[in-house]
Amino acid sequence: MAQRAKPKLAVWKFSSCDGCQLSLLDCEDELLEVAGELDIANFPEASRAVVKGPYDLSLVEGSITTPHDAERIHQVRRASKFLVTIGACATAGGIQALRNFSDIRKFTSIVYATPEYIETLSKSTAISEHIPVDFELRGCPINKRQLLEVISAFLNQRKPNTPAHSVCIECKLRGTVCVMVAHGTPCLGPVTHAGCGAICPAYERGCYGCFGPMESPNTKSLSTQWVRLGARESDLVHAFRGFNAYADPFRKESEAHEK
Amino acid sequence: MKSRTIKVDYLARVEGEGALLVKIKGNTLADVKLKIFEPPRFFEAFLRGRRYSEAPDITARICGICPIAYQMSAVHAMEDAFDVQVQGPLRELRRLLYCGEWIESHTLHVYMLHAPDFLGFQDAIQLAREHPAVVQRGLKLKKSGNEIVTLLGGREIHPVNVRVGGFYRVPTRKELEPLLEQMKWARDAALETVRWSAQLPFPEFEQDYTFVSLRHPDEYPFNEGRLVSNRGLDISVHDYDDYFTEEQVAHSNALHSVLKPGTPYFVGPLARYSLNFDRLSPVAQEAARSAGLGSECRNPFKSIIVRSVEILQACDEAIRIIEGYQRPDRPDVPIQPGAARGYACTEAPRGTLYHRYRIDESGTIREAKIVPPTSQNQKTIEQDLRHFVAGHLDDSQDELRWRCEQAIRNYDPCISCATHFLKLDIERE
Repeated sequence: MAQRAKPKLAVWKFSSCDGCQLSLLDCEDELLEVAGELDIANFPEASRAVVKGPYDLSLVEGSITTPHDAERIHQVRRASKFLVTIGACATAGGIQALRNFSDIRKFTSIVYATPEYIETLSKSTAISEHIPVDFELRGCPINKRQLLEVISAFLNQRKPNTPAHSVCIECKLRGTVCVMVAHGTPCLGPVTHAGCGAICPAYERGCYGCFGPMESPNTKSLSTQWVRLGARESDLVHAFRGFNAYADPFRKESEAHEK
Repeated sequence: MKSRTIKVDYLARVEGEGALLVKIKGNTLADVKLKIFEPPRFFEAFLRGRRYSEAPDITARICGICPIAYQMSAVHAMEDAFDVQVQGPLRELRRLLYCGEWIESHTLHVYMLHAPDFLGFQDAIQLAREHPAVVQRGLKLKKSGNEIVTLLGGREIHPVNVRVGGFYRVPTRKELEPLLEQMKWARDAALETVRWSAQLPFPEFEQDYTFVSLRHPDEYPFNEGRLVSNRGLDISVHDYDDYFTEEQVAHSNALHSVLKPGTPYFVGPLARYSLNFDRLSPVAQEAARSAGLGSECRNPFKSIIVRSVEILQACDEAIRIIEGYQRPDRPDVPIQPGAARGYACTEAPRGTLYHRYRIDESGTIREAKIVPPTSQNQKTIEQDLRHFVAGHLDDSQDELRWRCEQAIRNYDPCISCATHFLKLDIERE
């Protein structure tokens, strides 16, 4: 009897720290099971073997920062049936989007003695700025449970269950006392996309927004509250200008507090 | 005289990270270049203007595989700047966190990135089909490292709980205790890993390296110590820039670090082990001896055994720390920022990681310098390839390609993913 061909999985890397694709290898209990359901066809961090495309599911990590990568992402799109971007770099430009607020030539000369050797774009941009994306998974890094949910949803042809509400809801579900109300600790939870499991407040610090903006965040109101708690304008610029600095609502709020 | 050019070229470019170029004229190697295409990300530039307290969270994002190393070097450099000592249980917890990272990162490398080479498999998934128990042991061992990081740090990648001066929240004894049983299993599994890795087939390849690592008066090095070498170097990390310098080369986006005036050197497990054998725990020393290692190891292919010994060391130390843990009264030491310079080296799984900061009176970072292990090893990797390829000129294209990849993977460089798919072209002149 002919065996049904398994869907082909590809993992692609652009400008990033490798942490989001590592999340898949960190699924220690599920990895071999995932490998049983999917043909790992192109995943350089994990395998030398490369099976030719097209790929049924592509996971894309990292942002676009070089002219070459701006071309390459189109090849990846053409070779992929269903394309999911994973992590803050791929969905919002990542930490390297901090360059977008400055002069890239100044940056290259700070780090490199011969900046002419370095080929780089003046901005770091999300994958969706370049190609159509089928699904975006947030986080710096992504949550591995959510990654498994996305893969499972793909295999079962259903919509992934990754809520778009704020981190506050996760805090309530976890039973964590609100750090902002109880301790006066500035927290980005009210405007940040859920998914991490509200870790920071559980460790007695404010959320630093690593999952990026939630749907329709009221950043202005949150900034007013931060000022009441003693935050300066420069603190607000830094808070919104982190790992998701170029996600629209965070970018606009950070610019509103810049002199 | 017949000449040929062996070119290991840019399939790696498909992923934008690394590649290798080897040129042979007659029976001599004309050129070897390890090319790193990882796009530049400018961390040192955008740390400028940020608060000193933001450094641990920001620098963690340099690497998803060893974020603790970046956080530890950052906090130690800041504490050096502000003249703060973190001692007692807080210091122990930092060591415990580092144990977790060594276990997960080394195990990932040993079982999933390196071992398949020796056994002729393309990856750990294939390896699992033939040797399921081995891969399952590896995954469980890796998980036990990640569980330490998750408990102390909140999550395994880019943990949130590390701050300058200590932690945001410290665990209770009761929270740590469940780890103990798992770590005892992990210590046995690590011992098993040492025995298993020692049986792999190793090429005869010993080199005369300049090893550099931290050395501490009585511990196997993690967070503190003097920088020493097997050639008489013995300096404070404050003097790092007097002895080491970075060079930029046209073929790589990663800077090459050298010992002045231009000597390649080697950081990482082989260097740490060879310079600190006497600081290993008795159980780790004994395991190393039974695996056939001396107190020094100069065969980079045997780094897989040395990594396994370091996993064992980390498991053993983790157990000691958990058993002796008493929760401190507060999770951090207070910090008084001011205008200062701070320096620190810690031992990332891949080797010595240097951070230097200049801070102004308001606590804002004015200048940052970060030297990761891979940039320090690049020249030695190229040198290894030069010597190693010379002994294998008659190999077939595929064999030589795989051997070159393996020689690079000995270093567990942060471009290990790129070195998994080098393309090799042989051109005959």
